[in-house]
Amino acid sequence: MSDRRNDKPETGAFFQRDRDWHAPAFTPGYKTSVLRSPQKALLSLDGTISEITGPVFGHSMLSELDNDLIHNFAKPGESAIGERIIVHGRVLDERGRPVPGALLEFWQANAGGRYRHKKETYLAALDPNFGGCGRTITDDEGYYFFRTIKPGAYPWPNGVNDWRPAHIHFSIFGHGFAQRLITQMYFEGDPMIWKCPIVNTIPDRRAIEQLIAPLDWANTMPMDARAYKFDIVLRGRRSTFFENRPEGN
Amino acid sequence: MVQDLGYLKETASQTAGPYVHIGLTPNFCGISGVYKADLGTSMVNDKTLGQRITVRGRVIDGAGMPLKDALIEIWQADASGLYNSPAEMRGTADPNFAGWGRCPTSAEDGVFTFETVKPGRVPFKDGRLMAPHITLWIVARGINIGLHTRMYFPDEAAANAEDPLLARVEHRHRAETLVAAGAAPSYTFDIHLQGEKETVFLDI
Repeated sequence: MSDRRNDKPETGAFFQRDRDWHAPAFTPGYKTSVLRSPQKALLSLDGTISEITGPVFGHSMLSELDNDLIHNFAKPGESAIGERIIVHGRVLDERGRPVPGALLEFWQANAGGRYRHKKETYLAALDPNFGGCGRTITDDEGYYFFRTIKPGAYPWPNGVNDWRPAHIHFSIFGHGFAQRLITQMYFEGDPMIWKCPIVNTIPDRRAIEQLIAPLDWANTMPMDARAYKFDIVLRGRRSTFFENRPEGN
Repeated sequence: MVQDLGYLKETASQTAGPYVHIGLTPNFCGISGVYKADLGTSMVNDKTLGQRITVRGRVIDGAGMPLKDALIEIWQADASGLYNSPAEMRGTADPNFAGWGRCPTSAEDGVFTFETVKPGRVPFKDGRLMAPHITLWIVARGINIGLHTRMYFPDEAAANAEDPLLARVEHRHRAETLVAAGAAPSYTFDIHLQGEKETVFLDI
């Protein structure tokens, strides 16, 4: 697949979303979805300029520690407790093309499985040096990375004894508002992935496997941090060469 | 066998969960010192062109309760109908208006609020003008894939009557779910996830 950069902005409409690949809205195993799932059919429409366009986030908005969750909330000279990891990968679209300039925001629990949030009730301890948020913007090749600690698993009120596997939440802003995506990354080898009601909202096993980041031994930093590789795919878009344009347009 | 098209599959969506604020609006939930300000909280400045408006609303579940842990993003054209985006080929948008906003619903009453400008009209694919509208994207705990919808304006009856998207709504009374209440400069747009008043959501 070609990695050549696009000289001109792309203005084609996005590929139709494969709704059989994503979780449906109504997934009773995940109880909160029951009253929060639309029940009527979505109105399907080819994208217009309102969905094809999207805002741009410049690298200048980032601070040095934005992609370092080990240090971005820590007191000077201190660092977050936990297994040090690097998460890296590329943001591509369905055509395999890199998505440069994509804003990635991530959030997670600390090493003990505790979130820094007033609604959080799990008895695991807060880490005074861990906030749990970070962000970065992909480079010209769609590449990103950040440092963090491996989050812990935690229990949550759904079934009597449901636990979330270790995961990192990702929000991804591509080039068009129709590409907007929030997802979660899981870790290779975690047996809890397959027990999780939120994971299991996704009907297709291959779609779940696409959310599991493998341990990237080659990029593991000796005496420092293990690496996990997580590529993210956003909706692709049609070539504008195919568009029939009204006369004179 | 035939050639492989080589397309990848879109990464599957997962719910934003109850702690979406930590990642997207950390200052809102008390995590200060990491980012100076939360992204998308301020859409206009004193140089932004156009009529100032306020859009308030709630996201209401199937039991009639407003969500207090949802997050809304909006995207819209500037006052003259241009998007501040590289894919906007018709001209250059107001440099003092990014057109994008982000707001969590309030933990107290579930209300979201956007201070913005009224968008101008933009063309449909066939060149017809669409009525002025704001695009919304809603995520929350219990929502497995972000919901897209649009808000139209109640004081644009003529433009709404010829809007190509509103015309696609088969059950005519449901098109009203996409039209805000109120009048300039203050509009209310409640989003109903289920029930008789369920908002028309878009697969777009």
